[in-house]
Amino acid sequence: MPEQGEHIVRSYEEQLKKLREMIARMGGLAERQVADAAYALVRRDTELASEVIGRDGEIDALERDIENFCVRLLALRQPMASDLRFIIAAMKVSNAIERIGDYARNCAKRAVVISQQPQISSMTGFQWMAKLVQENLKEAIDSLLNQDAAAAERVWAADANVDDVYNGIFRELLTHMMEDARNITAATHLLFVAKNYERIGDHATNIAETVFYAVRGGTLPEERPKGDTSAYAVVRPPV
Amino acid sequence: MESATTRPQTLPPATPNHAPAPLNEARLQVRGLDFFYGESQALKKIHFDLPARQVTGMIGPSGCGKSTLLRVLNRMYSLYPGQRATGQVLLDGKNILDDDVDMNSLRAKVGMVFQKPTPFPMTIYENIAFGIRLHEKLSKSEMDERVEWALTRAAIWGEVKDRLNSSAMGLSGGQQQRLCIARTIAVRPEVILLDEPTSALDPISTLRIEELIDELKRDFTIAIVTHNMQQAARCADQVAFFYLGELVEVSPADEMFTAPKQPRTQDYITGRFG
Repeated sequence: MPEQGEHIVRSYEEQLKKLREMIARMGGLAERQVADAAYALVRRDTELASEVIGRDGEIDALERDIENFCVRLLALRQPMASDLRFIIAAMKVSNAIERIGDYARNCAKRAVVISQQPQISSMTGFQWMAKLVQENLKEAIDSLLNQDAAAAERVWAADANVDDVYNGIFRELLTHMMEDARNITAATHLLFVAKNYERIGDHATNIAETVFYAVRGGTLPEERPKGDTSAYAVVRPPV
Repeated sequence: MESATTRPQTLPPATPNHAPAPLNEARLQVRGLDFFYGESQALKKIHFDLPARQVTGMIGPSGCGKSTLLRVLNRMYSLYPGQRATGQVLLDGKNILDDDVDMNSLRAKVGMVFQKPTPFPMTIYENIAFGIRLHEKLSKSEMDERVEWALTRAAIWGEVKDRLNSSAMGLSGGQQQRLCIARTIAVRPEVILLDEPTSALDPISTLRIEELIDELKRDFTIAIVTHNMQQAARCADQVAFFYLGELVEVSPADEMFTAPKQPRTQDYITGRFG
């Protein structure tokens, strides 16, 4: 996308800039929530987990602000073409980030419970998954701020890796439950945590799709490379 | 103050003098059109179609050639020495730029409505009947019928039916403009050209005209030049963007205003410096 000139009406340009800043702030907050929730889980840090839970309200408030701001822009500026697509994208992306925030908060809540249970598995998979998801989320939001459709397309295609790690965790946790019923509490919570991260990854790809539309005006293909096979997974008990 | 609005009514056209073209088929075809005001070229190699029974919106900054194009489509430029057009404008397969074209019958086929309402200083009835008499010989009752038909199609009948013999100059701006549209459709043209038809009207009168355009396109092919982008978005099925005498892009209106193809179009419709 060629760099666009500035609006003739400066206040409109400033409002669009403000919208970009709000999205950037909201995205930054969500990235931090996702990272801190994973850190709290792995380090069994209940204090940090509580902080994550408490901070979610900020993201929710920002979503409402962004939505109101977009409605005002639509009503007062009657945006067209790239501006229209950007404002619609901002609304959709803020909605996705809000959901991401909810997932991060849920991970933090479960991290508190998990910290009171015996350690049943290595947390490497979780760390890895959280890292992948964070990177995708960051790149998706950056692609919106930089109007970079190619970056959005990369994020969109990269989610399969997250799914692979998720499948691994899913099987491992089923095995732990099979081996010792006392693992079930922790393992179930961990499963939900893993699923939450997997969903955050999906929302990051949704953001990428929205960004692609905002920048190019077209849509990505319907079928995205997907790797979540856990819906079919079966683990047989040892004979 | 305007009285209650007359909603446009669906009436069978009074014995159509042309078969309605199938929808979407090109009614006017502009082919390699160049236009000159003396030495200076105002239109460069314009090439596009105006689909039948659709509204084509023409947008672009002042001096881009959109009004000039409208003036070519009914040969209005021929009234002025030193102005010439080359290329083709095909109406029913006939090049209207040819020398042997009969101007009177062309202007009956291609009607035009201007920016400022231009009622004649005569009665409302005579404003409509005047144009019809130039082209057709009708009996008194046929004429009454045609005048009522035109005023009804132009969504103004209800407001004027009790004062057909009053002067048209007493009507409000919006009513005058609808009267002019009635006058244009009274001769049952194929194409209606509207040159910024609402720029002198208040927002409510503007919406009435837009509603009227929407109604009229069921029978007529319409081209509208407008500086108001939202108006083009509301009224037009396809939109053509002109810049410095060139046709930059012509697209369906929804594509034009959500995802235009050309960066110049994008800059113009989003209000940016190129």
